[in-house]
Amino acid sequence: MTADRRRGIVSAQSRPRLAPYVRLRFDPVRNAWAVLAPERVLWPDAIGLDILRRCDGKTSISAIVRELACEYDGQGQEIDADVGAFLQEWADRLLVRL
Amino acid sequence: MTQAPFPPIAMLAELTHRCPLQCPYCSNPIDLLKADREMETERWLDVFEQVAAMGVLQVHLSGGEPTLRRDLEQFVSTLSQTGVYTNLITAGVGLAGIRLEALASAGLDHVQVSFQGANAETTARIGRHSGAHAQKLAAARHARALGLALTINAPIHRHNIAEIPDYIDLALSLGAERLEIANVQYAGWALLNRRYLLPDGASIEHQVATVEAARARLVGVLEIDFVVADHFATYPKPCMGGWGRDAFVIAPDGLVLPCHAAMTIPSLRFERFGSRPLADIWRDSPAFNAFRGTDWMLEPCRSCERRDVDWGGCRCQALALAGDAAAADPVCVRSPLHARMAMLLEETLPPSDARTGGDLIPPFAFRRIGRT
Ligand code: SF4
Ligand code: SF4
Repeated sequence: MTADRRRGIVSAQSRPRLAPYVRLRFDPVRNAWAVLAPERVLWPDAIGLDILRRCDGKTSISAIVRELACEYDGQGQEIDADVGAFLQEWADRLLVRL
Repeated sequence: MTQAPFPPIAMLAELTHRCPLQCPYCSNPIDLLKADREMETERWLDVFEQVAAMGVLQVHLSGGEPTLRRDLEQFVSTLSQTGVYTNLITAGVGLAGIRLEALASAGLDHVQVSFQGANAETTARIGRHSGAHAQKLAAARHARALGLALTINAPIHRHNIAEIPDYIDLALSLGAERLEIANVQYAGWALLNRRYLLPDGASIEHQVATVEAARARLVGVLEIDFVVADHFATYPKPCMGGWGRDAFVIAPDGLVLPCHAAMTIPSLRFERFGSRPLADIWRDSPAFNAFRGTDWMLEPCRSCERRDVDWGGCRCQALALAGDAAAADPVCVRSPLHARMAMLLEETLPPSDARTGGDLIPPFAFRRIGRT
């Protein structure tokens, strides 16, 4: 039972995954990726999408940051903060589990 | 309308008007349709195939009570095969057990169970169904066990507004992700019973404080969706996210509507599903274009900076209270008729008469088919 659910807090070790009732889906009509959740449709931007795609419950946040730093050629620290803030927000909206 | 509208994102399928409950605030029309007016299985399946192709991403399966349709599993399965997200809007009576299992394996994503009260007694009194509460609890628990997303829906009026803290506890104890605290919208049966339903101002203020505190306390634990009471608002809500903008409704008999109360606007004529492709109805039916965008607006909306935030509010409320469906929704402080909202409040009962706890049943017109 999740009756005593606690707020998940982002840490380098957390291995985020999409909540089981959340679906990432390509929409051919709008030619964009959509996140489908209860009563909600969200349109993540390219970076958001890259983060969400790695939310498989196996990859740790530090690994996600490392991968994105390579891909975006960015500053590790900056990406670290961005990914952390993004995932905390999505966890707080019960879309991602940490 | 100068440019073609965007495709709709969501669709509300009112599969039936039948329901085992008789809530006096039901948003269904007063003239409820009998079962023999409902579209057949094949037609609804055609609807769902067409909406998926149009770009609809979410379908709300609603009613009445949608689970009274024996073909609901087929609808869910057709939708989920095309990747559409399915929300079941149910009163939860007779749902737990093999029925919910069948719906889950057909691909259902999300169940929203309405609770007429936070306890068995209020639920029975408001919904006029004595065993309903226990069945709702069972449905919610089973949805949870099946891994479906769960929302508890709390339709709020003066007879349960004191139960908000209990609703929050209920949602937490059931492990729901979402709690919808939705002040009743005064259309349909709610409009008929408004005098007995509208809460008093002090209770509303208290409610806002309670909800805000709970939201802050429960970040990341429970999402609380709060639909504020229109009669105490400063600006109106963007009804349906704007007329003909994101979403539309199909009634049990196949009428294609911009919002579920649109039939109260007698100047509009609605098309029936099957007369031509749904995408064409969405794009150029006169009823959809009547209030689409901002071109139709009158002052004060026409020159208002919020015109594409709230789209002038609810057209049905504008007609009901201002006598013109193109007027600003009188909920808005900028409407010259805003004072009428205050008058409506005066005609409601004082708080001392509310007697929320006792067994007093106000002279509600309980919802039933063939009442008029
Ligand atoms: S509001 Fe009540 S009567 Fe109306 S459909 Fe829902 S449960 Fe049934
Ligand atoms: S004047 Fe019209 S557009 Fe402006 S806030 Fe009021 S209802 Fe909305």
